[in-house]
Amino acid sequence: MRNIKTDFPVFAAYPEIAYLDSAATTQKPQQVLDAVTQYYREENANPLRGLYDLSVRATDAYEHARIAVRDFIHAASKREIIFTRNATESLNLVASSWGRANLCAHDEILVAVSEHHSDLLPWQTVSRETGARLRFLECDQTGFYSAEALKNALTANTKIFAIAQISNVFGRLNPIREFAAICHRNGTLIVCDGAQSVPHIPVDVRELDVDFLAFSGHKMYAPMGIGVLYGKRELLEQMPPFLTGGEMIEYVTRESATFAELPHKFEAGTVNVGGAVGLHAAIEYIGSIGFDAITAHESALTAYALAQMRDIPHVHIIGSDSAQEHLGIITFTVDGVHPHDIAAILDADKVAVRAGHHCAQPLHQFLGVQSTVRMSLALYNDEQDIDKFAETLRTVRRRMGLE
Amino acid sequence: MSENFYNEVLIDHNLHPQHLHELPGATCSHSGMNPSCGDEITLHLTVQDGVITDGAYTGVGCTISNASADIMLDLIIGRTKAEAAHLTELFMKMIGGEITDDELAELEEAGALQNIARMPARVKCAVLGWKTLRFLLDEE
Repeated sequence: MRNIKTDFPVFAAYPEIAYLDSAATTQKPQQVLDAVTQYYREENANPLRGLYDLSVRATDAYEHARIAVRDFIHAASKREIIFTRNATESLNLVASSWGRANLCAHDEILVAVSEHHSDLLPWQTVSRETGARLRFLECDQTGFYSAEALKNALTANTKIFAIAQISNVFGRLNPIREFAAICHRNGTLIVCDGAQSVPHIPVDVRELDVDFLAFSGHKMYAPMGIGVLYGKRELLEQMPPFLTGGEMIEYVTRESATFAELPHKFEAGTVNVGGAVGLHAAIEYIGSIGFDAITAHESALTAYALAQMRDIPHVHIIGSDSAQEHLGIITFTVDGVHPHDIAAILDADKVAVRAGHHCAQPLHQFLGVQSTVRMSLALYNDEQDIDKFAETLRTVRRRMGLE
Repeated sequence: MSENFYNEVLIDHNLHPQHLHELPGATCSHSGMNPSCGDEITLHLTVQDGVITDGAYTGVGCTISNASADIMLDLIIGRTKAEAAHLTELFMKMIGGEITDDELAELEEAGALQNIARMPARVKCAVLGWKTLRFLLDEE
């Protein structure tokens, strides 16, 4: 792959950094920054309602972005693409709108134990409100979920199953297509958190046959504040609005309102056109490199990192020993050193990683670890970043007075 | 930032804590939580006639929060509640980057945490024990 780093101005501003926190958010390429700037310089107006040329242009920019997202995830219709702020808001939309309308006492919600808090807390809330029982599907220590375990966990009352396509802690790809088929045979819907998968592997919602898919723009080179909820049209049509207000109505009287058609029913208030334009540019940027090259590059770097980490005494990898089961995400601990301290020592050497429980506290409780460190990759990382990371990692215990 | 900002005082308190244990006979205990990393420590004090006669902490913390709590207990055991409250305010002032040299001297070893004021990501760790102490002093 060509030198991708030159596309990202942050690496010119901060050349010494080894940025290994892309699972938290990615850096932004010049192409995305230019698209957003151009929109605000040349096409900005309040979209969807304006009756003049500039507003029509803003509307077009927004709706073209929606079409780009539709094609990117292979949805059947642009009406199935709802713009949100991020994956968290998308998942809240599903839990709040679909959940309140469809769940009641005796129903069950099944959530994978490795879910990010954004795919757990909304279900906790709707469980409390509706009386539906919240149950968990557990994985093994390598992050593997078996089809058998899923079949056993589903009951006649299980209405929905929530699971990420790639766990933000294990980095392991879950067999979503197989799980969707199992769920559907049981009359259960499946909601998939694609925040860690959509930026890194090709995702086809019709092939996966998921009922809902949530992801964030900012983890795929787009600006912060734009995200997507995909939902099957027949489900979205039946769901009540999530937020209410402007732009999402057809006709309003003092007491009632009729709501706009999909997707606008779920997009209350003035929308984030600049963010959508940035997401459109990010999709084109990813397309210009291609998932074949991205996946090959990120997989090779993951294997390169894992090989070095395995040779460092006292370093323990969370999840599988196999590099194939870590898609750009390696979570680990170091004996005797608190993850917060590991991150601080890496930071002192200009290596950016995340420490803590990565918004997956129940998973850490399940694995019996208090907290962990996570290094995560994107297409701009190279072997030098990994070498720098490994070099500091080797010094951590000595610098903490343990060797 | 230096090659190793974990100076000897912090590393020593973390590796060889004097006050990391249960405290039978404690007159009050309180748990403090650092929500950003999930660290939780519980502070135990024995207070008699307004004097902190003994103290300890239990739980899981990083080097900064452990060392800070350990140093804090060194400093406050044997002092009155009013003195402990005064030292707490000085510590917070130090972390806020507003302390005078005279005040810094009063904090003794806790001065080893002065540089944390320049590390926003670690401030919550450094103040965890002290905030828990402040809660106990206000409650008592």
